Amino acid sequence: MPINFLCPEYEVVRDYDRCIACRVCERQCANNVHSLIKESGKMFADSSKCVVCHRCVSLCPTRALKIVKSDHSFRQNANWSAKAITEIYKQADSGGVLLSSMGNPEAYPNYFDRLLINASQVTNPSIDPLREPMETSVFLGKKPTELVRDENGRLQNNLAPQLHLNVPVMFSAMSYGSISYNAHESLARAAEALGIYYNTGEGGLHEDFYKYGRNTIVQVASGRFGVHKAFLESGAAIEIKMGQGAKPGIGGHLPGAKIVGDVSRTRMIPEGGDAISPAPHHDIYSIEDLRQLVYSLKEATEYKKPVIVKIAAVHNVSAIASGIARSGADIIAIDGFRGGTGAAPTRIRDNVGIPIELALASVDKRLRDEGIRDEVSLVCAGSIRSSADVVKAVALGADAVYIGTAALLALGCHLCRNCQSGKCNWGIATQDSQLTKRLNPDIGCKRLINLVSAWDHEIKEMMGGMGINSIEALRGNRLMLRGIGMTEKELEILGVRHAGE
Amino acid sequence: MKRVYVNENWCLACHLCEYYCAFANSGGHDMATALKGVKLHPRISVEEKDLVSFAVSCRHCQEPLCVKSCITGALTKTDGLISIDRDKCVGCQTCVLVCPYGAISPAEDGVMQKCELCTKNGCEPRCVQGCPNAAIVYEER
Repeated sequence: MPINFLCPEYEVVRDYDRCIACRVCERQCANNVHSLIKESGKMFADSSKCVVCHRCVSLCPTRALKIVKSDHSFRQNANWSAKAITEIYKQADSGGVLLSSMGNPEAYPNYFDRLLINASQVTNPSIDPLREPMETSVFLGKKPTELVRDENGRLQNNLAPQLHLNVPVMFSAMSYGSISYNAHESLARAAEALGIYYNTGEGGLHEDFYKYGRNTIVQVASGRFGVHKAFLESGAAIEIKMGQGAKPGIGGHLPGAKIVGDVSRTRMIPEGGDAISPAPHHDIYSIEDLRQLVYSLKEATEYKKPVIVKIAAVHNVSAIASGIARSGADIIAIDGFRGGTGAAPTRIRDNVGIPIELALASVDKRLRDEGIRDEVSLVCAGSIRSSADVVKAVALGADAVYIGTAALLALGCHLCRNCQSGKCNWGIATQDSQLTKRLNPDIGCKRLINLVSAWDHEIKEMMGGMGINSIEALRGNRLMLRGIGMTEKELEILGVRHAGE
Repeated sequence: MKRVYVNENWCLACHLCEYYCAFANSGGHDMATALKGVKLHPRISVEEKDLVSFAVSCRHCQEPLCVKSCITGALTKTDGLISIDRDKCVGCQTCVLVCPYGAISPAEDGVMQKCELCTKNGCEPRCVQGCPNAAIVYEER
């Protein structure tokens, strides 16, 4: 047997005084960490297999387990970190591209954390959201720039199709295949109950979920999996996915192991075959080409649905967004470099793209400078972690936000970042029927509704503090933000003043 | 009457219901202390074969064979709830033979025991509270 160079990064610690050997940990671990030693009647844990998903810790009835960071270490080296060394061992072992899941975990600056929100004092009244009406609903889509009247002087309806959200939060694209049927059902039911939208991702829409169509955004991506007329017509809006924050510039790869049964039928591809989404759309090499697809989709759905174009936040994002706004798209979704994924090459996830805060501020400014901000709505995605992030994103110019990781966390995800293994112990990122049943949509849906309702309350509290009673009045209102600990350049891009100014 | 129902779609075969049942009926305050090194006598048990699993406990039948067959009158039905009087039970196990669900079993001391919906424990059924996936529910149907 070759030498295993990898030492466990985390250790499973068991309090044997509390362990009653009920074997729940053993039964619930898809990675076979726990086992009962027959001779001693005691449980044993093999930490080298542990992915730190906390399933065993959460279900242990006597609280006998914890997972801790191992203090086992390499000789300290400021240049060659333990991470760098172990990654070399892994690649020397496998010869392959390193794969990772969920968002970029590296310690890049987080600009949301360097922005502070304003509040009213003395000279302008704050508003109590529990006593006075407070509006957090938004409409996404192209806004009319002029009034049109008929020959009798009556106002003509020249409003382009819109999406109406009760809360400026939507569930971002996660395909059926990358996440389970039960996870999709939870998202769909929660979106319907909340009056918001969830997104099919690139994988088609399971026939059981057509009934949630009024709260569904259907996605057309480079692989065109699961796209047909009924699919396009079933949704409230159509999203063209040009890029994803976690892996800008590259396509997708759903392994054949996950293309089983309904996933294969929904994607319209054979069972067991890998689903490979190309890096570009092979019919889109320019804004003009994009315009053709936008209008093909509009034509196919009789101009009844808004079209969203989703791009990853990259270096020239504002120029690209300006092009998209002129392509006929109704909504632009921008996904920052901390956005999640079911699988991406580690180097891409951790090194490509730019922070969403900077991308959003620069796109909003560019579109306003060019006088085309009303042509499109902006949706901000890529690690919105709390209602404060939502408020800051709106103040930086977003009409609404997409949440993916936060929604999965509500469903039980513990960010162990092993989605690519297909052995999600929480029943989310897996197609194994013994694992998917762990996510009961009755519970999942309730938890998502709780999360978004809680955020809605908090958004109203913060708006009230600022003396703003409509989220529309907060959009792009950068005077409500102050930066802290930022350089002149960063403040200039964000368009905010420094705290104290 | 509210009863305990199971939904095999959501049963994970984690067996936690058995442990919560045994703990509830142990009278203890801490599960680790109450159940460590103890042979379990739960009143609910998980049946599993291949990919299907579900928890079985007393169904509190409309026409309970166990009550009809009890030779000492230890098993009685009151307001739909079938309960057992430990002082009257002689341990003949006739009820064990007739119960079509296998929901009655001998306790450690030979007296029969069965699910009494935690009415004697002063709480809602603990198996329901302890189920992590709402596969066991306590409701009116």
